[in-house]
Amino acid sequence: MAVPKVCGIETEYGVALRGAADANPVLASSMLINAYVEHRKVGWDFEDESPGRDARGFAREGSAPPEIETHLVNTVLTNGARYYVDHAHPEYSTPECADVLELVCADKAGERILARSMQAARRLLGSGQEIVVYKNNTDGKGNSYGCHENYLVDRSVPFATLVRHLLPWFVTRQVYTGAGKVGGENGTGHTGYQLSQRADFFEEEVGLETTLKRPIINTRDEPHADPQKYRRLHVIVGDANLCEVATFLKVGATALVLAMIEDDFIDKDYSIASSVPSMRAVSHDPTCRATVELVDGGTISAVDLQWEFLRLAQKYADDVGLEACGGDEVGQQVLERWESVLAGLERDPMTLDGQLDWVTKLSLLDAYRKRDSIEWDDPKMALLDLQYHDVRPEKSLFERLVRAGKVERLVEEADVINGMTEPPPSTRAYFRGQCLATWADAVVAANWDSLILDVGSDPLRRIPMMEPLRGTRAHVESLFEECTTPAELVARLAS
Amino acid sequence: MPERERKQRPAPKERADEEVEDLAPSKQGEELKEELDDLLDEIDSVLEENAEDFVKSYVQKGGE
Repeated sequence: MAVPKVCGIETEYGVALRGAADANPVLASSMLINAYVEHRKVGWDFEDESPGRDARGFAREGSAPPEIETHLVNTVLTNGARYYVDHAHPEYSTPECADVLELVCADKAGERILARSMQAARRLLGSGQEIVVYKNNTDGKGNSYGCHENYLVDRSVPFATLVRHLLPWFVTRQVYTGAGKVGGENGTGHTGYQLSQRADFFEEEVGLETTLKRPIINTRDEPHADPQKYRRLHVIVGDANLCEVATFLKVGATALVLAMIEDDFIDKDYSIASSVPSMRAVSHDPTCRATVELVDGGTISAVDLQWEFLRLAQKYADDVGLEACGGDEVGQQVLERWESVLAGLERDPMTLDGQLDWVTKLSLLDAYRKRDSIEWDDPKMALLDLQYHDVRPEKSLFERLVRAGKVERLVEEADVINGMTEPPPSTRAYFRGQCLATWADAVVAANWDSLILDVGSDPLRRIPMMEPLRGTRAHVESLFEECTTPAELVARLAS
Repeated sequence: MPERERKQRPAPKERADEEVEDLAPSKQGEELKEELDDLLDEIDSVLEENAEDFVKSYVQKGGE
């Protein structure tokens, strides 16, 4: 049965240290985070991490966890987020959210935190030096970094069932999730514009890797929750979005599809004959007319396959309801947006300027090409492409478009600013964030599913948080009001 | 090929209305063009200099 679609987004930002001879990206990333974190840093607890575990039921041989570098800066914020250095990038993981509008807000708050970090880092740098971050997924030279989505999924659904339905899903949702890119990479030889930053980099259908031979479906099995009940579907195939509508639809529609899979509601097999080349074919066609071949025979465009999923989702909403997808209000909003976006893509994708990143960026690039009579291979095209994603408000081209009133917003800026420090109220992120806000000195370490408190003389206390929907404001707000010390809190939790 | 329902697609009438709008000439179109020109000018003023070198210097290590 469909479990509530608790969700989150992890974004690796591109980072450049300008004005320095030796620009070490790990150092630059660390400086950003250290500069931002004013209060005592609370460390991340790795005890339960097992990124080598595979959802298909085996652990990688001799697996030292491949993704973990414990010596790097790694911290938890009062909003419940994790802010850390991953490989050579600053990475921001939103707190867990109970619905997609909360998540849009939390993701935007991450951009503001990165912007604030760049500002704060200036005082640590020499004159003429600056750290700059980009919310994109590629340097345009074959190096990609990710934006990963996470969804809570019922453990009892066979992984193979998820794979079957999700492959065509991920191949086709690019028509609205893409952040747009000039040129091709990874030997695809594409020229001109394409929908996705990431499509060129996917080489397998299913696998555990995230950095080499990237798979469309990642099999990492690390639930960060009760492993008997839940999976965490780790989606590595998406682009980092700046348009709130794109983030909203990317996560909202995927959550709906997952709920349908869990409730065994998808009665057709939309398997694509060859997903990896299809992924690229869809991305390489800004007219959105390219077709893919289905295993069952016949061909279909990405937009038409999305209509199929949408019709099913509308029926699912009527028959089963949207309880698992953040409730009726948000769920209906997702369905309406999904429909209007598909109708727009069908009529003329350019009508979605200001809603989808790939269209918004394309519209800007087209205006430049026309005005300056330049071709796609002009360096100015690549510059505009890159600078669209600049996170500095004064330099970001996306931000210019927002200020010119050309981009639709879904959340209030005041809520975004609030989300930089306040946790979402409706998941365990509330408990994590409140502990940090109230007793930062007592929080020795934190993880998604536990928190370690130093309560004074006794041994350290580990508080398990295996249920993502427990520890919400409704559950624990009064505890924080009534307890004056962490020891009291621990005692109350144990009683 | 799977069957498709088309029930909630945009009605023909809507499309006709849009066409009329599209054809509506003139001042609105001119104003839009001016607005766009202003926006491009504004963006020119914040664009990084020397596009070719700037883009070339942006090199990342792979992540994830």
